Amino acid sequence: MKQFDEILYKASLWRKENKSVALATVVTTWGSSPRPVGSQMAINEDLDILGSVSGGCIEGSVISEAQEIMKTGAPKLLKFGVSNSDAWEVGLTCGGKIEVFVEKIGDND
Amino acid sequence: MKDNTLNLVLSAKNNRNTIILATELDSGQQIIINNNQVDNSNKEILLAAQSIINQGKSDVVNIDSKRWFINISLPPLRLVTVGAVHIAQPLAEIATISGYEVTIIDPRAAFANNKRFPNINILNEWPEEALINFNIDNRTAVVTLTHDPKLDDSALHAALKSDAFYIGSLGSKITHNARIARLKIASFSDNEIKRIHGPVGLPIGARSPQEIAISIMSQIIFTRNNFENSGTV
Repeated sequence: MKQFDEILYKASLWRKENKSVALATVVTTWGSSPRPVGSQMAINEDLDILGSVSGGCIEGSVISEAQEIMKTGAPKLLKFGVSNSDAWEVGLTCGGKIEVFVEKIGDND
Repeated sequence: MKDNTLNLVLSAKNNRNTIILATELDSGQQIIINNNQVDNSNKEILLAAQSIINQGKSDVVNIDSKRWFINISLPPLRLVTVGAVHIAQPLAEIATISGYEVTIIDPRAAFANNKRFPNINILNEWPEEALINFNIDNRTAVVTLTHDPKLDDSALHAALKSDAFYIGSLGSKITHNARIARLKIASFSDNEIKRIHGPVGLPIGARSPQEIAISIMSQIIFTRNNFENSGTV
């Protein structure tokens, strides 16, 4: 069957292989942000990655958080933006702010 | 996210159903919201999220000092192309990677087949027959590519009577003027006829079938984004 959401589909295939998978979703944006609300990125334990939550500015940081979340199962809301440079070493060069929700898929319930 | 939740979201998307997933951003608790099934577990969220659900735009809402992300997955956008001509090949590919579900209508099986169009829905029927059961909604774009009034015109009639957010018709200015004259005879008003983008595509000086496909897809994307920004999704 044809799939209309490659990212979630791939995530479901990884889960069928019993891999740990995390899903990152853009939940809010302020100002200029490269990817709209709802944009997603799936990451598995082998660090296979599909999709994106920015133009490449924050993916590295999201992926390292995702690795931790795959282990603990506890979801996290990550905030990025120029004004948050104290909390996070990465920011959006475009001057926008975004929140990214990262959760583990499966076996945490 | 539970595996089961992921599978429900995926199957809704593949069946062209709208699905709404509410996530509490602190605990990660998730509820699937169905507009038709209101119960105590989702009543409050449904009420708080009603306006963004109506707009079809995912957003965060506050309920009892908790933040919930309401993720609304609308059915995939669709492109219906009449005419399995050369331009339809790159257009089907570009539309697919742009997230559109593509259907090609052409009674000529020699042109319209899965060898020429791998993984694309093909209807080997006349457009008026094929479009009867095809619910052309406001998430559907219709493009005619044959130049042949026998095929194009009946598709345009169906498109003009529908909510299609985009209607495009390939052909030179001369071809398009002749088309307009035929549509007027068929009692379509000037305002209705103005919905048709013809000559089709954004003016990027396109020549090859691939370039023309890019110009058509650009115009579809442009029209879609303007439509969504106007808040009438």
